Amino acid sequence: MDFEYFAQLFLGGLTRGSIYALIALGYTMVYGIIELINFAHGEIYMIGAFTGLIIASVFTMLGFPTLAVVVLAGMAAIVYSCAYGFTMEKIAYKPLRNAPRLSALISAIGMSLFLQNYVLLAQTSDFLPFPSLIPDFEFWEPYAHILTSPELVIIITTVVVMILLTFLIKFTQIGKAMRATSQDKMMAALLGINVDRVISVTFIVGSATAAIGGILIASHIGQINFYMGFIAGIKAFVAAVLGGIGSIPGAVLGALVLGWTESFFTGYISSDYEDVFAFLFLVVILIFRPSGILGRAETKKV
Amino acid sequence: MTAKDEIKKSFLASIWFMFLTFPLMVIKVNTVTDTVEWRWHNMVLVGIGAFFLSMLWRYLLKRQADGSKKEKKEGPGIIQRLLQKKELTLPGIIIIGCFTLLFPHIFSMYQTNIMISALIYVMLGLGLNIVIGLAGLLDLGYVAFFAVGAYSYALLNLHYGVVFWIALPLGGLLAALFGIILGYPVLRLRGDYLAIVTLGFGEIIRLVLENWNEFSFGPSGIANIPKPGLPGTDLSLQGSTIFIFYIIVALVIFTIFVINRLENSRIGRAWIALKDDEIACQSMGINKAKTKLRAFALGATWAGMGGVVFAAKTTFINPASFTIWESVIILCTVVLGGMGSIAGVISGALLLILLPEYLRDFGQFRMITFGAVLVLMMVFRPGGMIENVRKTYKFEKN
Repeated sequence: MDFEYFAQLFLGGLTRGSIYALIALGYTMVYGIIELINFAHGEIYMIGAFTGLIIASVFTMLGFPTLAVVVLAGMAAIVYSCAYGFTMEKIAYKPLRNAPRLSALISAIGMSLFLQNYVLLAQTSDFLPFPSLIPDFEFWEPYAHILTSPELVIIITTVVVMILLTFLIKFTQIGKAMRATSQDKMMAALLGINVDRVISVTFIVGSATAAIGGILIASHIGQINFYMGFIAGIKAFVAAVLGGIGSIPGAVLGALVLGWTESFFTGYISSDYEDVFAFLFLVVILIFRPSGILGRAETKKV
Repeated sequence: MTAKDEIKKSFLASIWFMFLTFPLMVIKVNTVTDTVEWRWHNMVLVGIGAFFLSMLWRYLLKRQADGSKKEKKEGPGIIQRLLQKKELTLPGIIIIGCFTLLFPHIFSMYQTNIMISALIYVMLGLGLNIVIGLAGLLDLGYVAFFAVGAYSYALLNLHYGVVFWIALPLGGLLAALFGIILGYPVLRLRGDYLAIVTLGFGEIIRLVLENWNEFSFGPSGIANIPKPGLPGTDLSLQGSTIFIFYIIVALVIFTIFVINRLENSRIGRAWIALKDDEIACQSMGINKAKTKLRAFALGATWAGMGGVVFAAKTTFINPASFTIWESVIILCTVVLGGMGSIAGVISGALLLILLPEYLRDFGQFRMITFGAVLVLMMVFRPGGMIENVRKTYKFEKN
């Protein structure tokens, strides 16, 4: 077996997994707090990529330097994704807080359909070329055939985001409030936590990581369209379930496992059935370990 | 709250939405020629729209909150009361029956074709209604069973020359088999996991059909599927369309009959009970796994038969007709009409399929409207247009 090919697939899988992880975090955080599969989360990621592209193009045409364009586009994408995530929660999920879970899920599907077609109508149904915002590094040349510099940037960004997120949840006041809310909403409210605010913050944080993922993947692959959020969202959801939905380290682990298996599967076996494989993987995991790798089995009291 | 506050709130909402939709609605970049198109008029539209919609939104939310406080003592709505009137049933059936029988002779071929598609959706909606409305299992891969039916007719006909009338029950059976194969492993899953797994299953079927060229002829699909024929006669194009129309009408009537009977049968009640409380249901001696499997298999059967009719009607099928959004449209018909209610599902399907057909200019807004409808229905009227009325028993002292 060729070691270099193996290394390439391994690192490719790591990159892929990092992107999935960034999206999966949003799923798992929202699920952890309000037990809702936010079906429209993939759309937030797509909107992040679109906003990034639009702002980047405008500023490039105005003649801004590359670095400024990257920073401005990134900021805009994050701000707008957060705004969409926040608004979405207020419109489609908040009125349904006490409704049956099926209702909230159907509402989420509706939201996903709505946002997808909104972008389709407001922008275009074609694939748009995305400028590669991440520059190639000179010093990285000798290794570029194994791991390109954008891939390196993706992995490093993911690690940084993970560390920041862990810090946010473990050591800040809002993080503590989030953990409390996810354990027991009623009790948290009795202790003076503004549950509505915590849920909004969760949506905003989740959307921000999705937007980062959106820009990174778009500038890595080089093209976007309105449909990109759907399959990425599903795969990130697979990753979140794989790791145990509701658990943040689980989501990262699940995403990496999914990234690697996909990468090796397409590298060694066949690329036609890549998406089929992701779904099969999900089905198999759910049958044998319904609560995921790091998840705890739920016991229900009557 | 005063009117001033209302206006202030709506004004803020309008500013917020103008900000929110700014990059996507206003700016349009052309990355090839490097030009930017500024569409400021969209911003004005969004601002005005958001102002009034947010007022309406708050009014409706408030009305709903007041309504739930008053307790629902009003009883069933007008349509339900009309449906319950026994003396209206017979004339109603006669009028609707005459209308459907004469339909292909009154209207043009084009209208009949549209009506056939709508009726296929009615059948699919009624089948999905078993799974979602009665058994409470959210199945997002329902279109897979539709695909199984369509492909089983197309392939059996291509390889073995199987005719429509044999393919029809066979397609249903094969779909039911697929329902059992899928249902068996996923029964343990909770509601929302089940939704995603069924969605995954639907996509697997579509992707396999798209990639397995030797089996399903890939994305190019299968053409020249024969229309059903009457033994001994040779039907013209118009004749065969009318014939298919009557077949699908008969199938829809059959579906309504079966589901109506099922609803009040032992299985039907077990489904409804299972939907409400699994644990209580199991402790009453209902086999959870078996009951759910039955729902899956029975729901899939209708989709399979619908698929056979679909293949016969269009004479050409390819995997593009069986995407996840097709499942979502079927789901939409069930949700809009009213989960669990037969009359609701029928009117929901007819409305959702016929309306976009007749409002052609509206076509591009079709999917976005479906999305909005799903959200709005869930927020304001979770029971659907024609809400299902549960049987209630009253004990009266004599």
